[in-house]
Amino acid sequence: MPDLKTKSPNAVYTDHCKAGELAYQVDLDTGKAVFYPRIIAPGSGSARLEWRVSKGLGTVYATTAIANRNAPSHNVVLVDLDEGFRIMSRVEEIDAMDVRIGMRVQVRMAPGEGDQPPYPVFTVVGAAA
Amino acid sequence: MKRGSVAVVGAAESDLGQVAPGTTPVDLMAQATFRALEDCGLHLSDIDAVFTAASQLRMPTLSLCEYLGIRPRYQDGTGIGGSSFMTHLAHAMAAIEAGLCEVALIAYGSTQRSVSRAAASPREYNPHETPYKPFLPATAYALAASRHMHEFGTTREQLAEVAVAARQWALLNPMAWEKEPLTIAQVLAARMVSYPLTVRDCCLVNDGGGAIILTSAARAKTLRQKPAFVLGVGECLSHMSISSMPDLTTTGAAISGAQAYAMAGLTPKDVQAVQVYDAFSINTILFLEDLGFVKKGEGGAFVANGGIAPGGHLPVNTSGGGLSYCHPGMYGLLVLIEAVRQVRGTCGARQVPGCDVAIAHGNGGVLSSQVTVLLGSAATV
Repeated sequence: MPDLKTKSPNAVYTDHCKAGELAYQVDLDTGKAVFYPRIIAPGSGSARLEWRVSKGLGTVYATTAIANRNAPSHNVVLVDLDEGFRIMSRVEEIDAMDVRIGMRVQVRMAPGEGDQPPYPVFTVVGAAA
Repeated sequence: MKRGSVAVVGAAESDLGQVAPGTTPVDLMAQATFRALEDCGLHLSDIDAVFTAASQLRMPTLSLCEYLGIRPRYQDGTGIGGSSFMTHLAHAMAAIEAGLCEVALIAYGSTQRSVSRAAASPREYNPHETPYKPFLPATAYALAASRHMHEFGTTREQLAEVAVAARQWALLNPMAWEKEPLTIAQVLAARMVSYPLTVRDCCLVNDGGGAIILTSAARAKTLRQKPAFVLGVGECLSHMSISSMPDLTTTGAAISGAQAYAMAGLTPKDVQAVQVYDAFSINTILFLEDLGFVKKGEGGAFVANGGIAPGGHLPVNTSGGGLSYCHPGMYGLLVLIEAVRQVRGTCGARQVPGCDVAIAHGNGGVLSSQVTVLLGSAATV
């Protein structure tokens, strides 16, 4: 198990984000993908967590469009990555109300606000660039 | 724990809706405690266990015990959101059975309308959710609704039926915040919050609180009110954040409900009055399914055409619910109070005739904690 005095699981994850990569962990005892980053695996309690980089392809599992008083609505989605983990995100370059469950999406990194790190967002696979 | 070993003997709301400036959450707890003691005929000095949760208090059992000037021999400040009070009831039952206490007070108070929801319930920063600006908790429930609509064909009109039914029940409850009728068209046309949920699919934002008092079945029979015996309890914690909920269309109520029914030796068919935590319209549909009143995926059709409104095929949320009666941040204790009153038979115009068994189901967080309580009249024990 890595120690928590040198580097946190979230810091490893953030370093990947800065490199343009969506990282996740795999529980080597069960083979299950793990997200968000942890120091031991949920369910098994295993300390044998290995970092992997996702291909970044996934499917919209659930979606909502949040109304804003003085701006267009914005979407929030849950995306199931092909490697078997789910994350909250948003789909960009599409009207919030046009996001559909089942859409295939591809990850990219969005710049964080202020001094926050980059974070993963998605675009629709096959959409015009 | 043994079915029927304890009973709710006192139950009362504090003032609800909008309270005067300067009122504190503990003022509301204390007011409800006074009324609940008066309801059952016990005295403050009889209370030897205190249970409470409150988003505005860091150490709520300390605040309440200081205010009341009591030093109980047992206390529990478990906070798992709106279902905390169902958990408190289960833990109080265990403590009474174990001889750790004899008379348990469960109390709640919130001034979230007066101080604002943001001030009353500040959210934790989550690096894997906060950057996407979800409007929580509504967005989490909207995501669940989107999935239910996708998998089962549930419609916005069916969601609206839940809000309309709640409003019809509220019009029969003099304590309810909402006083005007509501139509499906009005729900659909209301201000959108997080699609598919409009503001009328979302619970009220009120001040308010309540208190209930539990004691042993033997002592309950000596008191002023008809006891509401605790027949069954069940708890399930499934996640904290909506992105970690395993399946957005099946909640932990499927587990907590099954535990409660097993302990009570009852099935959904035995339940005459259903109180489920309706923070959002989708909740009622999810919990009716997960608690076994209708098959998974058929909740939308079940609530349609006034199915759960007065005169429908199942009385659900007879107080008017969090949608139209009162939602003071954590509504679970008010869910329990309505179930107690249905079992006592004191609900007036909204009373379910011959109600011997009521279910009170609590939800907390973002479908995160599910706690089910079955209450019964003397005829059930």
